[in-house]
Amino acid sequence: MKKGLFTIAENAPLAEGVYRLRLAGDASAVTAPGQFVNIALPGRYLRRPFSLCDAEEGMLTLIYKVVGGGTEQMAAMEPGRTLDVLTGLGNGFDLSLAGQTPLLLGGGIGSAPLYLLAKKLRAAGKTVSVVLGFNRRSEVFYEQEFRALGCQVTVTTADGSYGVPGFVTDGLPTGCSFYYACGPEPMLRAVYDRAAGSGQLSFEARMGCGFGACVGCTRQTVGGPKRVCKDGPVFQKEEILWT
Amino acid sequence: MDLSVSLCGTELANPVIPASGTFGYGYEFAEYYDIDCLGTFSFKGTTREPRFGNPQPRIAECAGGMLNAVGLQNPGVEAVISQELPRLAKCFHKPVMANVSGFSVEDYAYTCAKLDAQAQVGWLEVNISCPNVHGGGMSFGTDPAAAAAVIRAVKAVTTKPVLAKLSPNVTDIVSIARACQDAGADGLSLINTLQAMRIDLKTRKPLLANVTGGLSGPAVFPVALRMVYQVYEAVSIPIVGLGGVSSAEDVLEMMLAGATAVQAGAANLIDPYACRDIIAALPGVMEKYGIQNLRDIIGGAHG
Repeated sequence: MKKGLFTIAENAPLAEGVYRLRLAGDASAVTAPGQFVNIALPGRYLRRPFSLCDAEEGMLTLIYKVVGGGTEQMAAMEPGRTLDVLTGLGNGFDLSLAGQTPLLLGGGIGSAPLYLLAKKLRAAGKTVSVVLGFNRRSEVFYEQEFRALGCQVTVTTADGSYGVPGFVTDGLPTGCSFYYACGPEPMLRAVYDRAAGSGQLSFEARMGCGFGACVGCTRQTVGGPKRVCKDGPVFQKEEILWT
Repeated sequence: MDLSVSLCGTELANPVIPASGTFGYGYEFAEYYDIDCLGTFSFKGTTREPRFGNPQPRIAECAGGMLNAVGLQNPGVEAVISQELPRLAKCFHKPVMANVSGFSVEDYAYTCAKLDAQAQVGWLEVNISCPNVHGGGMSFGTDPAAAAAVIRAVKAVTTKPVLAKLSPNVTDIVSIARACQDAGADGLSLINTLQAMRIDLKTRKPLLANVTGGLSGPAVFPVALRMVYQVYEAVSIPIVGLGGVSSAEDVLEMMLAGATAVQAGAANLIDPYACRDIIAALPGVMEKYGIQNLRDIIGGAHG
């Protein structure tokens, strides 16, 4: 983990209610796709956690959905402004488990961290399938960006307005070596129940600190209580317990 | 310039102490900075048996602070002794404050006796004020007789200084403080969090699964300061002041109100370096206000 100041390089709408934020600064604490950052916002006591969509030298990219006062405030921020950010939080996805034909499953805003994962997997020569699920056509983002990496991309929409009608579990390809999933908990549960083979699932949680101190975000697991922020947010399928 | 204070007979290099529940068992913060710079720290509230705590969600936010309803998640005293304390010993070379909670008088005595026997433990901070558990915690800290019973039982089986951590969720904190002193407490920590709640407008239901949680952060600082001030006038044992402390200036205010040492809690959660930075800022702020020796200002705001 590192604490640092970042300058907003870009903060622009990407889809309905969805923005892309690019932050210039020291990105050296990021060690794995699936990690997250925790951003201090003026006037808000707790930081806001966001998964990383991309990390390059000197630049972090995250994609966020406006869901409340904090993210509304973020959406109005202009480039050039500085933000206090904790980086390199969480364990991230384990690329060594991928096999040759990994499957990436994203639900809504949970699709964001799969981009950096797909980039790393493609760089490692893997054949990557991606299924991205959204509520409706207006919320779809990054379909072309995943294709540009050379991934096989399927988009599903719950209202059937674009791509395959239904949820990500309605677009599951067969013959994949391992899956990685990120999205809301009902989607993760459906993936856990229906996707073949083993996988890693990345969870959301209401966090206090984001670095393990407050134990506010703990989940029960096969191996005992685990903090989503520090021991996760990525958990191995076999260790997950549902409540 | 002298930052040192003495808490129940043990010297602290400075009065700054991360509060229980905001610093784990310490060693994870040692990845971020050298925690030997702290006066000491109070480790995560520990109970006789392991506890998962309350269901999710257990964190909420408000203007100037936060609510938690963690519910004393901890691995239990046996695991703390066999796993957490040995890990801490590698990165912290001072006496640590052991924070203990329980669900019966016997629980408190059992857990305190176990931790009292650990060489690393310098003080026992008896939490009779957790607002987030049922049938324990705060129920002992809201009645003078029950608070005294816990302190008496703990004192009977321990040798190290015992501090009673008091709840602000009472009509008269002074009467609880007096009862703890009379029962043999060597010091008092005040205050724990204030019982509070939020409602989610989207679901129209309480945001926390536990319905209520404990409010902490800058919002509670003036309440904590007032209680430290009032209790200082009524007792002769040292007071550890806490509640929303976030800066070196807050430390000085707490000490002027009557605190011998000061804990910072929620501040650690929004900035992992908070306590290190408060300690680093203290000499400059002392100089600004003409303070040479921190011990000289304890209770300085009183008549």
